[in-house]
Amino acid sequence: MLYIFCPHCGSRSQNEFAYGGDATVKRPELNKEVSDQEWDNFVYLRKSPRGKHLELWHHISGCRQWIKVERDTSTHEIFKTYKADELTE
Amino acid sequence: MSQDFRLDNIGMVNRDKKISFTFNGKKYFGYEGDTIASALIANGVHLVGRSFKYHRPRGFFGVGVDEPYAILQLERNNERDPNIRATEQEIFEGLEVKSVNCWPSVNFDIGAINNFLKMFFPAGFYYKTFMWPPSFWYKIYEPFIRMAAGFGEASIKHDKERYEHKYEYCDLLITGSGPSGLASAYAAAKNGARVILAEDKPRYGGSLLTSDVNIGNQTGVEWSEKIITELKSMSNVIVKNRSQVFGYYDHNMLVMSERISDHLPQTQKYLPKQRLWYIRAKEVLISSGSIERPLVFGNNDTPGVMLSSAAKEYMKVYGVLVGKKPLIFTNNDSGYETAIEFKKNGVNPLILDTRKEPSSDIVTEAKNLGIEIKFSHVVVAAKGYKKVKSADIAKISDNKKDLSNIENIECDCICVSGFWTPSIHLASQSGNKSEFNEKIDAFIPKKSKQKENTIGSANGKFTLEETINEAFDKGYEVSNKITENNNKVSMPTVVEKKSSEHDKFWCVPLPKGKSYKRFLDFQNDVAVTDIELALREGFRSIEHVKRYTTLGMATDQGKTSNLNGLQLVSDIENKVVPQVGHTTFRPPYTPVSIGAIVGREVGKHSKPTRKSPMHEWHEKNNAVFVDAGVWLRPRYYKQGNETLFEASKREAKNVRKNVGVCDVTTLGKIDVKGPDAAEFLNRVYTNAWLKLPVGKARYGVMLREDGIVMDDGTTTRISENHYHMTTTTAQAANVLSHLEYYLQLVWPGLNVNVVSTTEQWAGAAIAGPNSRALLTKLFPNSDVSNEGLPFMGYKEGDLFGIPAKIYRISFSGELAYEVNVESDHGNFMWEKIIEVGKEFQIQPYGTEALSTLRIEMGHVAGSELDGRTIPHDASLEGLVSKKKDFIGKRSLSRSSFTKPDREKIVGVVPLDKTTSIPEGSYIVKDPKAKLPNPKLGHVSASCWSVEYDNPFSLAIIKDGKNMIGQKLFAMSPLKNKTIPVEIVSSHYVDPEGKRVRA
Repeated sequence: MLYIFCPHCGSRSQNEFAYGGDATVKRPELNKEVSDQEWDNFVYLRKSPRGKHLELWHHISGCRQWIKVERDTSTHEIFKTYKADELTE
Repeated sequence: MSQDFRLDNIGMVNRDKKISFTFNGKKYFGYEGDTIASALIANGVHLVGRSFKYHRPRGFFGVGVDEPYAILQLERNNERDPNIRATEQEIFEGLEVKSVNCWPSVNFDIGAINNFLKMFFPAGFYYKTFMWPPSFWYKIYEPFIRMAAGFGEASIKHDKERYEHKYEYCDLLITGSGPSGLASAYAAAKNGARVILAEDKPRYGGSLLTSDVNIGNQTGVEWSEKIITELKSMSNVIVKNRSQVFGYYDHNMLVMSERISDHLPQTQKYLPKQRLWYIRAKEVLISSGSIERPLVFGNNDTPGVMLSSAAKEYMKVYGVLVGKKPLIFTNNDSGYETAIEFKKNGVNPLILDTRKEPSSDIVTEAKNLGIEIKFSHVVVAAKGYKKVKSADIAKISDNKKDLSNIENIECDCICVSGFWTPSIHLASQSGNKSEFNEKIDAFIPKKSKQKENTIGSANGKFTLEETINEAFDKGYEVSNKITENNNKVSMPTVVEKKSSEHDKFWCVPLPKGKSYKRFLDFQNDVAVTDIELALREGFRSIEHVKRYTTLGMATDQGKTSNLNGLQLVSDIENKVVPQVGHTTFRPPYTPVSIGAIVGREVGKHSKPTRKSPMHEWHEKNNAVFVDAGVWLRPRYYKQGNETLFEASKREAKNVRKNVGVCDVTTLGKIDVKGPDAAEFLNRVYTNAWLKLPVGKARYGVMLREDGIVMDDGTTTRISENHYHMTTTTAQAANVLSHLEYYLQLVWPGLNVNVVSTTEQWAGAAIAGPNSRALLTKLFPNSDVSNEGLPFMGYKEGDLFGIPAKIYRISFSGELAYEVNVESDHGNFMWEKIIEVGKEFQIQPYGTEALSTLRIEMGHVAGSELDGRTIPHDASLEGLVSKKKDFIGKRSLSRSSFTKPDREKIVGVVPLDKTTSIPEGSYIVKDPKAKLPNPKLGHVSASCWSVEYDNPFSLAIIKDGKNMIGQKLFAMSPLKNKTIPVEIVSSHYVDPEGKRVRA
């Protein structure tokens, strides 16, 4: 079970969190014309790398904040965690 | 009581407390502190089971977790517990155990015929023997395999025992209380670290209990007792015995099973049977020790052949002799220690040493004691069926290939020692790739992937001095990283006998003309010939060899067999062991009770149960409940002998005719507050929200980004910047996460806060033509007329002194209101509604009537909004704004979502007006069409229309709009029904919606 550092609460076990997927996806701005391809990429295309990955976790049984977690998907090593509005490196 | 094999002056069992138990129905005695194994051996019993495949007689091979043979079934308080290791289970008064895998008895086992049918059970026999003819599989092969499979029989009764889970955090977890575990725990604890020391046996000390050493001028046993006593007295240390750390998971999470009551006649009050510990440790020291490796020779599975370290432990810990004419077969000095122990207890052993001329303190001591030693000698084969009676021994050439001078000598046990295998399981589970150490012919951990270090013999350190030094250093080093106390304790001096090098010999060649079975894996009957066959058949990877031959599988997971198996594969393949590699070690290290894993999460406790504040009233009034997610909701209120069908019909009818009240507390409620709340709702919902006035509610639909409907519900503007959102019961949690996602990640600029208020409000839906009259009486001070509180209006009211919120919204399609009060007043509100409603013929209604009412109105719910439908499919396209953007809007213009024959919701009525249509039925044009019959769609919900008194269903079918009026068929292959139906509008009752506005 992973041990995730929540920037708001400190280190907590994985069972307090819900996984939120790829954090590098950017939603197209409201009212902006987007092509089918562009929209499809946003809705369906997710990175699933082996290795370092920036992903979203929701501290659902804690502070209810969405956080960004930089994790190695093959070793589960967590390098850094960020608040939702924090800029990532 | 006479125990022929019990020694008088040695052992740690409590001779003052006799304990009786039964084995296979026969009564035996032992002492407190005995295991089943030690007590049976003391009584001269060595035949305890039959092997898995050939049903060969089985005795005891080890003395602990590595035991491959002595797997018994325990009966305790009328409960069956299979897969009990006799070497671990302590006896208690009245204990009942029996052998498994034998019929009719362990002494006379019919299955032993397999031993003579060996040619039918080669490696991979599952894939060969049972293949042809295919028709045999179902009736003959499968039942046969099922009968033969497994050890023991699980109880099918509900387990009444209690199991607990515990979460613990520590600086340092140490797994094993042998010399390295004790020393490191002591050094770390003295340095201020919070330490957990886990020992799987009842007694602490590990190898110190049986070795002849001296630490700090004390014997090993005295030293370990002193250290344990001191550790137990320290507030920063938790010491646990009978506790096995069996799994090493991510981020230094380890799981340990503590057997609290397994050694007692029954679980004590306020204590569980077992406790599962989830331990998050900053650092881990693995001091799990090592397991002696067997030597491979003919019939080496005969009862009486056992590990030499086990024989020694039976003597020193339990005061039990495994035999009176022992043969020690060894390739290293460990066998000598056992021989010396025999000699000290008045038994004359014979040592066969594969080495030519070893010299060390221990060898010299054995010689001085007058023990007979034959160098360059091996056991060729054990003789005897149910117990070793003699052994064929021989001289072996220097190149270890040729045998000479074969002779038969009498013996009653053969104690083997093929050197030691470090227990690297936990390290391996942590992600640590192992490396092969040529010096000890075994794998040891390499580079840590997590915060762990392996110490002592688990790390290939086989002298006590090295072990103690390493353990003190590591205990200090890792604890100081955490505490920075710099408090280093001084190391004790260690006195031990020096040993000489072991011989790399491990398998005795077959003499000419003999075909003895030489077993590698004792639990699965995997012999040398099986591995040879697997390799001949092309299995090369060790993982494949394992699965094909079952080498290293089952309950002991090859603790004694893995390395010899690897040796053989590498010999045949002409490789070295590290090239072959080893199979993956996975948790659990030892079998764990399912009960311990499940813990308290059984039955009703497997998930939380949520109840509304009115729950007790429902119970008192004969409500029959249904699970709605984790909520319990009244499904119907039973009167007399009513069925579900009758009751729900009565309740629904009463709503249409008079007035009904339904508990809607379970609906999700979310408070949306902030200056940008309107803008936020406008982006979340498909319809327009900017112009909703204060005191008004609106129905809204929200989508996922892929255009699929996520949820629906009404949201009310309570004040300028405050909205009260409702969601469906099922989606409440998802919707809140969804809102938080957009507020925190996508539009952090919006000044809005959301919070769940589901549990803060109790809700009652009052529906039916009489509802306004009832409301007037409930709220005499409020104007609830059609003008004062119009459809989709909201106002606050005073309910007999309790502040209430009144929403004029309707799910039933009738004139209806929803009254909310703070949860604490829920029951008061409910009782008042029932009391005042009497004169209006009020009846409570449950979810079944609620469904009926909404289905015949064509209102969609979860069965239509099933994660596959877009607004159009549910006839909600009128709520989709063309002007503004919102979540998921762009998806709605995708080509598949705009095609003209897209599925749409319709109503379905059987032509005969009497046959109910099963939910899930397919709608087809031609019921006799060739399969697969092209389906137009499916029936999503069915009810008995109380308005028209005939069955009515909702269905989502292709080109639904143009299907209305058509005669089609509803087919349910599951119920074997084909029903001619007519497609009608989904708005079956009051299609203009006059009633809700009346």
